[in-house]
Amino acid sequence: MDAIILQILNGLDKGSAYALIALGLTLIFGTLGVVNFAHGALFMIGAFCAVTLSRILNFSFETIDPGKTDFLGNPATVETAYLEHWFGPEVGGAIIDWSVPLAILFSIPVMLVVGFVMERGLIKHFYKREHADQILVTFGLAIVLQEIIKYFYGANPIPTPAPDAFRGSLDFGVLLGFDPNAIIYPYWRLVYFLFAAVIIGAVFAFLRFTTFGMVVRAGMADRETVGLLGINIDKRFTIMFGIAAAVAGMAGVMYAPINSPNYHMGMDFLVLSFVVVVVGGMGSLPGAVLAGFLLGILESFASMNEVKSILPGIDQIIIYLVAIIILLTRPRGLMGRKGVMEG
Amino acid sequence: MSKTTLTRRGVLKSGAIAGAGVALPTIFTASSAAAYMNEPTGSSVTLGFNVPQTGPYADEGADELRAYELAVEHLNGGGDGGMMNTFSSKALKGNGILGKKVEYVTGDTQTKSDAARASARSMIEKDDAVMITGGSSSGVAIAVQGLCQEAGVIFMAGLTHSNDTTGKDKKANGFRHFFNAYMSGAALAPVLEQLYGSDRKAYHLTADYTWGWTQEESIVAATEALGWETVNTVLTPLAATDFSSYIAPVLNSGADVLVLNHYGGNMVNSLTNAVQFGLKEKTVNGKNFEIVVPLYSRLMARGAGENVKGILGSTNWHWSLQDEGSKAFVRSFGEKYGFPPSQAAHTCYVQTLLYADAAERAGTFNPCGIVEALEGFEFDGMGNGPTLYRGEDHQCFKDVLVVRGKENPESEFDLLEVVEVTPAAQVTYPADHPMFDGGELGECNPGS
Repeated sequence: MDAIILQILNGLDKGSAYALIALGLTLIFGTLGVVNFAHGALFMIGAFCAVTLSRILNFSFETIDPGKTDFLGNPATVETAYLEHWFGPEVGGAIIDWSVPLAILFSIPVMLVVGFVMERGLIKHFYKREHADQILVTFGLAIVLQEIIKYFYGANPIPTPAPDAFRGSLDFGVLLGFDPNAIIYPYWRLVYFLFAAVIIGAVFAFLRFTTFGMVVRAGMADRETVGLLGINIDKRFTIMFGIAAAVAGMAGVMYAPINSPNYHMGMDFLVLSFVVVVVGGMGSLPGAVLAGFLLGILESFASMNEVKSILPGIDQIIIYLVAIIILLTRPRGLMGRKGVMEG
Repeated sequence: MSKTTLTRRGVLKSGAIAGAGVALPTIFTASSAAAYMNEPTGSSVTLGFNVPQTGPYADEGADELRAYELAVEHLNGGGDGGMMNTFSSKALKGNGILGKKVEYVTGDTQTKSDAARASARSMIEKDDAVMITGGSSSGVAIAVQGLCQEAGVIFMAGLTHSNDTTGKDKKANGFRHFFNAYMSGAALAPVLEQLYGSDRKAYHLTADYTWGWTQEESIVAATEALGWETVNTVLTPLAATDFSSYIAPVLNSGADVLVLNHYGGNMVNSLTNAVQFGLKEKTVNGKNFEIVVPLYSRLMARGAGENVKGILGSTNWHWSLQDEGSKAFVRSFGEKYGFPPSQAAHTCYVQTLLYADAAERAGTFNPCGIVEALEGFEFDGMGNGPTLYRGEDHQCFKDVLVVRGKENPESEFDLLEVVEVTPAAQVTYPADHPMFDGGELGECNPGS
């Protein structure tokens, strides 16, 4: 039982990342009709916002320490962060320690600008082109973006730890009446799940309860009619692209302490997220979220030794297997709408 | 009277087959005047450095390339000579190889076997490379080694740790200086016993490809010989990024040691995930839970950050070694590039010098001459103590380092501390050891 609960927690955690990326993908597809294969790259850029802010906060000056030598035997230089120099080791150190949560604030404007530039500079020229053209150009863009990141940050993963307060893990089992150490779950992964829930809730609330959101939803349902009412729907859709980019970016920031960011991480998530979108139903926001969590949990269960002993290798194909079954039985996905990518 | 019908499709088909037939014999065939493949006729000789310049191991590839450039500089008489000054063989004079200036071309393996073979083939066919070297993956090394055997050039492997490279996939034209998975197990086992005891239960997570399999096999054999029990061995997809669902079952498996048979990004992520799940702080069976990473790389350890602290593993070489060869290499490399070399850089530098030295001693670039000069060659002064290039399998036998993630690093390079230098005798195995069984070295191929 404890193993099952642990895998459900794992699945919710994985599903959080899938759902956040798939949500952004669906927002872009639902509003602009663009299949954006560069969306994983936005997630990756978000993670590198955390790396960048961490480096900015760690800007240091060097002093020579005559008591130490470097690897060549020369007097060693000691680096002191300006923040620690200005505000003292405790306050300065605390600011540096909280660089990942602070990076959320840093990432929002950055990702809005990246999203805006991406949409106005390239993607808008492909609105009326075939989906195949859109996929090719956005996939190419994703490769360009990851190579740019690799050029500046290198190919190796860069450790970006969570604040000290969130390191370690929670003995979840004790809370549920199990033996100590039966169900241990890292604090930051719980934070990530809660964060994802808040962001998903905020996006839905924004679309449901604001006038802007209402117009966007109307535009998603019938773009032409909304345009005939004199509303500049294109402008709103461009803003939605920026919001989707910001959602992907924030998901990337918060993911940085879970797995050290590397230039390829966007691609690792992209294909899975597309499967999530298709399973959820193209253009369906609730479908994307539902499918994200569903596939995350299924993937976790498929990794259990008990399951793998019966079906070896199932952990590597489960998501695609479920996608095939769902698309055979429900061709529009779990919550897909009629007429989307049809005919 | 026979009737002949010519169709356009038929002509095209026949033309294609005839064209391929004409082209085939010219692939990897030395010119009729040459005694062997790519015999240098001018004043220079070309070496082919085939390293990952793109892809996940690009940083390791960049370090390999730096080492190769440094080796070429030293061979041509530039710089301070580096390990040429400490190398026990004194055949190298700093005037190139056999009086010919050393030039080089580079290829990008992308850490993909097909791309690596294509770039090696291009360097052999178009650039007349007489030797191919480099790489950061066993899959790539085995693929390129096979190609070089077929082509008739020497392959000096870079970073490849799978037993198979000099085991079932060994080739007469291929040579490996880097240590292997068996050696990691043999070096680690006594230290594991000393530090963690002989009553342990180990759980293995293993990357699902040739290197992972041989590494797991080696470590399981070495630890079970100590009396450890192997609770479970689980293969993980090479493309996996989040290992949480593989780590979670470890918690209640009864294991008190987790062995991560992972390298590169896999290692960074699985170790990070294991530490996040509190395994390092856990007590099982009345003992502290331990994590072991059998193959360490400093470049990769950087990615795992503080998570490497206290974690045991093995490595081929480390810049902090204080023998004269290591100090000379670190000085040369550090002064040229501003940071210490990685183990990948070390093995690539050494391989280049060993090839050049073999050519000097053999008095020829003929691959069969090189093979003869390297087989059974004993040397010292290259950072690993007295070393033997064994003739039976073309594997180097030398000391192996057991290292541990440093608790209080003094710099960004100071991540690992050497716990023990395991003598070569302890990691030496017979050439017909079952883990290396199945392949034939074959005959050297000069390509003509």
